[in-house]
Amino acid sequence: MTGGQAVTTRLRLVGVLSVMALLFGACSSGATSTPAAPSVAPSVAASVAASPAPSVAAASPAEPSAAAAPVTVEWWHITTNEPGKTIFHNIAEAYHAAHPNVTIHETVLENDAFKTKLATSLQSGEVPDLFQSWGGGIMAAQADAGVLKDITADIASWKDTINPGALSIYAYKGVQYGVPWDMGMIGVWYNKALFAKAGISAPPATWDDFLADVSKLKAAGIVPLAIAGKEMWPSMHLWTYLTLRIGGGDNLAQMVQSGNWNTDACKAAGDQVLKLNALDPYQPGFKGATYPQEAAAMGNGKVAMEVMGQWAPAVEADNSTSKKGIGTDLGWFPFPTVAGGKGAATDGVGGGNGIAVGKNASPEALDFLKFFNSVENATKVNTSNIGLSPVIGTESAVTDPNLQAVLAGRGKATFMQLYLDQATSPAMGTAINEATIGIFDGASTPAKVCQAITDAAAAQ
Amino acid sequence: MSVTSARPSVEWKRPTKWVTISLFLLPALALYLLFVLFPVVQAAYYSLYKWNGLQPLTDFIGLKNYGTALASNTFTTAVTNNVLIVVLSLALQIPFSLFLAVLLNGRFPGRAIFRLVFFLPYVLSEAITGIVFTLLLQPGALVDSGLNGVGLGGFVHDWLGDTGFVMITLFIIISWKYFGFHMVLLLAGLQGIPRELEEAALIDGAGRWQAFRFVTLPLLGPTLRVSVFLSMIGALQLFDMIWVMTAGGPLNASNTMAIAMFKAGLKNNQMGYGSALAVILFMFGLVVALAYQRFVLRRDVEGAVTAFNG
Repeated sequence: MTGGQAVTTRLRLVGVLSVMALLFGACSSGATSTPAAPSVAPSVAASVAASPAPSVAAASPAEPSAAAAPVTVEWWHITTNEPGKTIFHNIAEAYHAAHPNVTIHETVLENDAFKTKLATSLQSGEVPDLFQSWGGGIMAAQADAGVLKDITADIASWKDTINPGALSIYAYKGVQYGVPWDMGMIGVWYNKALFAKAGISAPPATWDDFLADVSKLKAAGIVPLAIAGKEMWPSMHLWTYLTLRIGGGDNLAQMVQSGNWNTDACKAAGDQVLKLNALDPYQPGFKGATYPQEAAAMGNGKVAMEVMGQWAPAVEADNSTSKKGIGTDLGWFPFPTVAGGKGAATDGVGGGNGIAVGKNASPEALDFLKFFNSVENATKVNTSNIGLSPVIGTESAVTDPNLQAVLAGRGKATFMQLYLDQATSPAMGTAINEATIGIFDGASTPAKVCQAITDAAAAQ
Repeated sequence: MSVTSARPSVEWKRPTKWVTISLFLLPALALYLLFVLFPVVQAAYYSLYKWNGLQPLTDFIGLKNYGTALASNTFTTAVTNNVLIVVLSLALQIPFSLFLAVLLNGRFPGRAIFRLVFFLPYVLSEAITGIVFTLLLQPGALVDSGLNGVGLGGFVHDWLGDTGFVMITLFIIISWKYFGFHMVLLLAGLQGIPRELEEAALIDGAGRWQAFRFVTLPLLGPTLRVSVFLSMIGALQLFDMIWVMTAGGPLNASNTMAIAMFKAGLKNNQMGYGSALAVILFMFGLVVALAYQRFVLRRDVEGAVTAFNG
């Protein structure tokens, strides 16, 4: 009896051990990015971080081979709204139809979810072949970390089909890492009907006129300007424009480059914001407002102006009660010039969307990128108003007069500053956003804002 | 089988028991080590580096991230906010829950409905609660028009936009969501107290308040201490609802430690600094939990252990 018990115990032990073995197997294969040896944590962690996991890279499916061999292209994008989502999907399907061996695997993520997922993925070395990018500081950090592919030579044959200014945003230290599919410029969107109601006949060309019009709108009982305090960046663009108009393009570029923001232009821009604040121009509750709320205020005809990019009409319509926005009442004008400022009316702040190429991308992925940015497909971006394609030859597809105005602004640009919170590193971008919203909220001073940004740059 | 003698099996008996136990423990232990302890050690390690999460870990800066955190207004505000929520929860939320629990412990018609209604907010997810209240608190929305309607227009605030008021707004919403949970916890505790004890006190000439203060409350002690503990830990880890409602704004006025950590690590790509914040948050929680266990929960636990051994 006892002997039998011992044997069954041993048998049970074997069972337990095999279950354990299975479990461990599952653990170690499941957690590809996490080494399964807790006791040697630091050294393993360091080696994982030091070499972007060559073993994982080798396991990547995107390995070029014979023409007919099946290839999967991993494509992550953030076009979650219609009609863009379907347009992107149809382009991927069309490519698959023409090249049956190539499957375009789309991962469509909402903006924030995309950023979080990408960060984790890049750390683990499993880099998508093609993914959403805005160029600038984040792309530079990705390039420095070696997760992007140098595509300078790959796109040499077709790079001239793309607006060079837009293309340059996706280059870093002379190397091309991605291509844009959307490039626009920030300006002032305004409600013509409300302007007429306030007795304003033409959009303001100078900052003094702008302030005078704000007063007229206030006097007519209209909220002049919408900003979004919770998200900070919409007012940051307004502030950037003031800095650009006062100091000029070279001066702003110098500030971005050197990290020294304790300049006359920076402080003067803050002073102008204070002048604007004094008129109490923002919508009620702007300090806690989100960007969709700002867009809704415009789209529902409650506010006369917002400083925003080329996507504004689509987002305003999407967030309005009628889903149509204010239609033909919507107008656009370039940010006004500041008297005595060095910046020209044609200097712009802009940016857009692009696709970065991951380090393991196959030739098929690059071929798809070329297909995506062909005149035929890029035209769809323009006709559906999901962006402004930088592909040369698609301009005529823009029929909306406002977007034509943005396009003309982009075409005439004498200087183009990429959005400050994207031109710099993410931490620096947050610092700029947080510093500048302080002045719109009335909690900070121009000098403090310039000092805070300078401090943030020094801490980089 | 019959060949096996009795002797070895007797020798084997004790080790086998422990080997079996440890083998059964191993999977859980392995998972715990891998997904709890290992990441903690990893975070502590990363916190010594200046690291953006992408490049190799080369820029060793010692404890500088901790210095930056402690010198940063943003982070000290976050710590203050966490402490504020802990204090307010203990001073207002728990007594209120206790008051309701005592009320609902009595017998009256519709008692079950009240219990259900008060518990309902706890069932909602934090994100949904956050979105609903964000909409209600918009300028000119239901809360404002309600206050105006009953002649309390003077109380109308920029609820989520006023740096001086946002934490109060958030505390009220957090309390609204969690008072029901503590109420149910305390109600369960109250129901475990034999009614005879209070009755005896009343017969002996104690007033209702005295009977509650000197009989019911001491007996409710263990439940109350657990309730306080959960409330403190919850307040220290506060994230979801505030993230949905204000994202720590305006001007970082409603940051908590967890929000500051998330922003640093995942929004600003400052993984090293974010890890330092995570370690600080962890230490906070650990110290509070250990101190509370040591000085407050000890007698409850000791009682339980004695009973077990006895």
